[in-house]
Amino acid sequence: MEPINIITSKAVPLPLPNIDTDQIIPKQFLKRIERTGYGEFLFFDWRYDLDTPDHVEERKDFVLNKSEYKGAEILIAEKNFGCGSSREHAAWAINQYGFRAVIAPTFADIFFSNAGKNGIVLARLTEEEVQTLIERCTKNPEHKITINLEKQTVTDELGFNATFEIDPFRKYCLLNGLDDIGLTLRHEESLDKFEEKHNKDFWSAPKAVTA
Amino acid sequence: MSTTPKTLFEKVWQQHIVAEPQGEPTILYIDLHLVHEVTSPQAFDGLRMAGRKIRRPDRTIATVDHNVPTTSAYDRLHIVDQVSAAQVNALRKNCAEFGVEFFDVQDSSQGIVHMIGPELGATKPGMTIVCGDSHTSTHGAFGALAFGIGTSEVEHVMATQTLPQSKPKTFRITVDGELPFGVTAKDIILDIIGKIGTDGATGHVIEYSGSAIRSLSMEGRMTICNMSIEAGARAGMIAPDETTFAYLMGRRFSPTGKAWDEAIAHWKTLPTDEGAVFDRELHIDAATLAPAVTWGTSPGMHATIDGTVPSLDDAKTEADRKSFERAYEYMDLKPGTPMEEIKIDTVFLGSCTNGRIEDLRAAAAIVKGHHIATKIRAMVVPGSQAVKRQAEEEGLDEVFKSAGFEWREPGCSMCLGMNPDILQPGERCASTSNRNFEGRQGRGGRTHLVSPEMAAVAAITGHFTDIRKWKQTEGAKN
Repeated sequence: MEPINIITSKAVPLPLPNIDTDQIIPKQFLKRIERTGYGEFLFFDWRYDLDTPDHVEERKDFVLNKSEYKGAEILIAEKNFGCGSSREHAAWAINQYGFRAVIAPTFADIFFSNAGKNGIVLARLTEEEVQTLIERCTKNPEHKITINLEKQTVTDELGFNATFEIDPFRKYCLLNGLDDIGLTLRHEESLDKFEEKHNKDFWSAPKAVTA
Repeated sequence: MSTTPKTLFEKVWQQHIVAEPQGEPTILYIDLHLVHEVTSPQAFDGLRMAGRKIRRPDRTIATVDHNVPTTSAYDRLHIVDQVSAAQVNALRKNCAEFGVEFFDVQDSSQGIVHMIGPELGATKPGMTIVCGDSHTSTHGAFGALAFGIGTSEVEHVMATQTLPQSKPKTFRITVDGELPFGVTAKDIILDIIGKIGTDGATGHVIEYSGSAIRSLSMEGRMTICNMSIEAGARAGMIAPDETTFAYLMGRRFSPTGKAWDEAIAHWKTLPTDEGAVFDRELHIDAATLAPAVTWGTSPGMHATIDGTVPSLDDAKTEADRKSFERAYEYMDLKPGTPMEEIKIDTVFLGSCTNGRIEDLRAAAAIVKGHHIATKIRAMVVPGSQAVKRQAEEEGLDEVFKSAGFEWREPGCSMCLGMNPDILQPGERCASTSNRNFEGRQGRGGRTHLVSPEMAAVAAITGHFTDIRKWKQTEGAKN
């Protein structure tokens, strides 16, 4: 995972609540066994004209297709972003499209976890703060926002200045690009000890152990 | 020594703490890892690249469900969609390579991953259970702490049998009283989601309690816990009791003899202690509930069958207004339309929410002696091979077939449209599944979530129908 700290970029406003992971990456792309190549399928059903052969025609009215937003690294949405299915493909698609951060009032739990494991910064701001940013980025697609993970701030050149909360450990992992499995294996001794005791609790074994 | 009263969740959480490093998430031990074809290939690849093994293959169980066709045994063994076939094959190979017990497509124990855990008796009270699927919350019906995870976490559990987890908050939802006729577990959970919102329980583990919950069978309890995720909850749990023990007794992976007695003694220590404090509480009077039908594109957008599609004035916030407007358009519905006037094209009876034997029995009892309306496509997809066998022994397949339903092979089927069972654009479906998101059952498809009973009666009349009234008139001849 790449370490991440300061992101300064224009931002794509997607002013809808409850954007579920079925919209972020529709089910047909979950059949792939690769971990890469999902960026082109991000928001597929909203992004492409589904009535054209092979769905290759981009829908001009969808924000992601507007040339002025190309290259944006920040996505802004309303509450409960990433709800529904646990598919990590949603985080992969967002990341591989080129987004490095999402700003919203709230995020669904599983998506929140998946995003962290893929080096995506999720900044929770208040509803009002999010609306302000949505307005500014809608009015001016070139409007730049800066997310500073170390300082936990979101700022812009028009004086917007908000702070967001983040779990200190999650922040530490994002800043340093740390791999979770390696971190957990620092506790291997505790794990061995726990397991030795826990193995005797036969009621916790999935497959029957007859005492 | 006095001890602080604890909740069911707290007890299970505490019994699985491996380490609590300062300033970091708790390292939580995972008792059972369920694996399926869609969210595992990249995790197995990750293990291979790092030269890691699965730490506890004996705590790992795999099956295929999302991608498999449900049309015939032949179609399942010869999957036409090459991308799906490759994914199923990848799981087959990965399980062989890493030593994981795999219930393949025609195995007598195959089924939707959340069906087979309980059926095998692998799911038990007090366990921690994860799976790369959000509906893992289903297993909480047994008093297990069970939650969905992403693929990076799947790999993490494979490698370490643990997960770093921040402790969720607790939320008790008490449903007291007797359920009115025609009201099912599905209607309870849809009502809860409507009341608290699809993000109402974010960051929380819900414990469902109260006399209405206690009176439910394990099947009903699984329906409720299954849709906890639709309220944003990390997990849903129900304390184990005699109903739980009766369900588990004699199952393939259940303890026997002296071990069974000891297991029960342990399980009886799990329910929430008198006086334990929850972060949030909600009380619902069962007598106020009615059969529910969703009208929009989020499980919280539902009405009772005697109600109407809500108007914009019913939207609580500006965000809700926007969602309502979008949903009217997508669902092609006008505010104020009586729910009973909405005509349907398709009926889907199945899924990890409502594909169990009790669901099929309830629907068959309504269908018996009737025929589906003209132009309706109706299918029954048993959630597992075990459910299919049981239903066939009871003759339910004949009841459905003679009423005009298709009788299918087990799998996720039309719940998520990853296999050939999909809706066509504009097609309107009465579905017993769990999500009515845009395009969930096929792009452009319009999903209305209902109970198995309500799906069955809609199949007969061709439109949503109040099961309470219908049963008194038409249904009386059964």
